[in-house]
Amino acid sequence: MIALSDYLILGAILFSISVAGIFLNRKNVLILLMSIELMLLAVNLNFIAFSHYMNDLAGQVFVFFILTVAAAESAIGLAIIIVLFRRRHTINIQDLDSLKG
Amino acid sequence: MTFEQLAFYFLASVAVVAAIMVVTVRNPVRAAMFLILTFFTVGCIWLLMEAEFLAIVLVLVYVGAVMVLFLFIVMMLDIDIDQLREGFGEYLPIGATVAVIILLQLAIVLSSGPFEIEQMPAPAAATAEYSNTHQLGLLIYTYYVYPFELAAVLLLLAMVAAISLGLRGRSTSKRQKPNEQVRVHKKDRLRMVKMNAEKQD
Repeated sequence: MIALSDYLILGAILFSISVAGIFLNRKNVLILLMSIELMLLAVNLNFIAFSHYMNDLAGQVFVFFILTVAAAESAIGLAIIIVLFRRRHTINIQDLDSLKG
Repeated sequence: MTFEQLAFYFLASVAVVAAIMVVTVRNPVRAAMFLILTFFTVGCIWLLMEAEFLAIVLVLVYVGAVMVLFLFIVMMLDIDIDQLREGFGEYLPIGATVAVIILLQLAIVLSSGPFEIEQMPAPAAATAEYSNTHQLGLLIYTYYVYPFELAAVLLLLAMVAAISLGLRGRSTSKRQKPNEQVRVHKKDRLRMVKMNAEKQD
């Protein structure tokens, strides 16, 4: 039988890969968004694993809401990228310093 | 090794390799394709855990909608890939170090005992009459009905925000100007005319 820790470690591996992806692709907003999606997927995997092993459907309901928020987030993020590209003709993060943060 | 375990280890290795490809591959289109593969594989892993409804939702919503949106944006933008790849090798050591540290810490905690098969045995497989979708629906439409409606409002909000961000304002379009509508006065629009009453005959 598959242990709960197997699922959790798979989630941890996916999460750390996406953390590495955020470090590696720090100039490309598109891959950054994809890494964030991957992180949410790893978290959802943990939720579903716990929900399965504890026989509690609340975890799956939570995943449902996370999916909703993630879809909204990526839609707005991509719309922002479109506006950005239209104004600046680049999506390089290094060039986006007009807020002087 | 049972079929379940074989399937799990096969799907997990595919998911990990695809996730690594997502963050390291050169071309954003290929990254999106590998992300689709990752989502699909993880959806299959969710099926192993009897979360059928969410697995289908993941494939429909993510692969069907969000990733198509990603591909659409990637192909529409004219991106200079070489410029965006600058510093990739430079940040590889620190990125890999941080990721490995996070993974080690999580692995130490997760494999320390409480999540092993002895402490947390796998639940018995559901019977053929059990419907995951039905149970989830019962829960969402009763106990979680307000969060569910909030989620619907959130989606509407995201739609309005995305459209209003993406809409290119044209000066020729005939749209309302609410600020001018609010600022009107009576004297701008209404003219009082004094005239004698007409007599009929």
